[in-house]
Amino acid sequence: MSEAVIEVRELSKTFNGTVAVDRLSFDVRRGEILGLLGANGAGKTTAMHLVLGLIRPTSGTVRIFGKDLLKHRIEILQRTNFSSAYANLPTNLRVWQNLYVFSKIYGVNGHREKVDRLLQMFEISHLKKSVTGQLSSGEATRLNLCKALLNDPELLMLDEPTASLDPDIADKVRKLLRSIQREKGMTVLYTSHNMRDVEEVCDRIIFVAKGRKITEGTPREVTEKFQQKSLEDVFIRIARSGDLLAEGEKERE
Amino acid sequence: MNFRIIGALTLRYLFLYTRSWVRGVEVVFWPMMDLLVWGYLTRFLQQGGAANFATPITFLIGAMIFWDVLFRSQQAVAISFLEDIWTRNLLNVFAAPIRITEFLGATFVVGFIRVIVTVLILAVLASSMYSFNLLTFQLTLLPFFANLLIFGWALGMISTALITRWGQAAEGLAWAVPFLIQPVSAVFYPVSVLPYWLQKLAWVFPSTHVFEGMRDVLANKGVPWDRLVWSFGLNLIYLAIAGAFFYFMLTMAREKGLLTKLGTQ
Repeated sequence: MSEAVIEVRELSKTFNGTVAVDRLSFDVRRGEILGLLGANGAGKTTAMHLVLGLIRPTSGTVRIFGKDLLKHRIEILQRTNFSSAYANLPTNLRVWQNLYVFSKIYGVNGHREKVDRLLQMFEISHLKKSVTGQLSSGEATRLNLCKALLNDPELLMLDEPTASLDPDIADKVRKLLRSIQREKGMTVLYTSHNMRDVEEVCDRIIFVAKGRKITEGTPREVTEKFQQKSLEDVFIRIARSGDLLAEGEKERE
Repeated sequence: MNFRIIGALTLRYLFLYTRSWVRGVEVVFWPMMDLLVWGYLTRFLQQGGAANFATPITFLIGAMIFWDVLFRSQQAVAISFLEDIWTRNLLNVFAAPIRITEFLGATFVVGFIRVIVTVLILAVLASSMYSFNLLTFQLTLLPFFANLLIFGWALGMISTALITRWGQAAEGLAWAVPFLIQPVSAVFYPVSVLPYWLQKLAWVFPSTHVFEGMRDVLANKGVPWDRLVWSFGLNLIYLAIAGAFFYFMLTMAREKGLLTKLGTQ
């Protein structure tokens, strides 16, 4: 088994008495794509923000590349990148200006070629001189992904990366991400509501509800465990069951 | 501290000015309006019969330009942070390998550049319209400028810290904070005009020492070194307090999840 790039242990986060993440533990192994799944408010985005150090945990630890996140955050983030459907690049700058600034921040060598290659890969080369705020949401998402791949990250965190893409572009982006990930051996932590995304992209998944882990395994294993036809059916069954945690406990038994 | 990152972040803020001429105009528009109002007011007072008004007109226009140094410097720090909130870029910044010192350093550099541009333009206008020539004072005013720039950075950090904690609801503070200290900083009048108890409070601010010192320089009384030493010493204390306050608020924002809320709202 390959080494764990992310090691999360008993991670908890409480906001004013509300438990957002509850004793969550998981590993993400090198070269693996792990999907964090769950309904709205399940705690998957909070968990990702905890792993990025954007939020401080109430308790528990996060180790990335074998190092404590709180103590080595900058060093870790240098080898990491992030894209979220909920974070934009500055809308008032041109596409090339945004990518130039972030390539400088990450210390990318040969940034011009790198930027051109990424824009071409995501089929938005023609938008290089456009103002970011004028891009469609699909184009902006692809630009976010270009930014996320600028530094050839060893660890990539993607928060609903295909949320605003049409099915055609979403399919292309999924295939592209998969191919880049295989080529570079990148480790990916992935959240999505789109079960097709997850089935196609993720090697392993974790279902989260009320901040707790319900189940984990490969998409096929989880589908079989719940005796459903697809991951989407599993998602719906878990989301509609009265007590998600009880469902998880039952499944674990 | 990595200067490459400070350079990249500075460039990000400067790109905004190349993108929109309106922003460029904004840098000079308000200071210019202030200069026109204060310049013509003092000219009117001069015509109104004051026998020797040469010194007061110098004081008022000098004070106006000096005040702008403090205000622009504070604004640059606070507005740079707000830009990242307005454009929902905050998560990208804080998920990148950027230290707080680098982030603040970039906003300080932006403040410095904005102040230089504003002062140069105001100096040229004041010279051509009111015969107020900053250059006649050669380098004696520079340390006073520097002190106001530094105090503006400290106030900018305090404004940013408040926005970090209370979000966009506290946005008005970005504009208001300098004006909270303006009456006691004795910008347009000497400290002796203030009530006795307020005079005691006034000397707590580096800006008060700067404006009192500026009046001495403009009245050709030489450089009041004691004022400079006081303002510099107080600035060090204010920088340390503002830096610690910003760090404390940022840590609290991370604990309460406010940073991610700010970044996505």
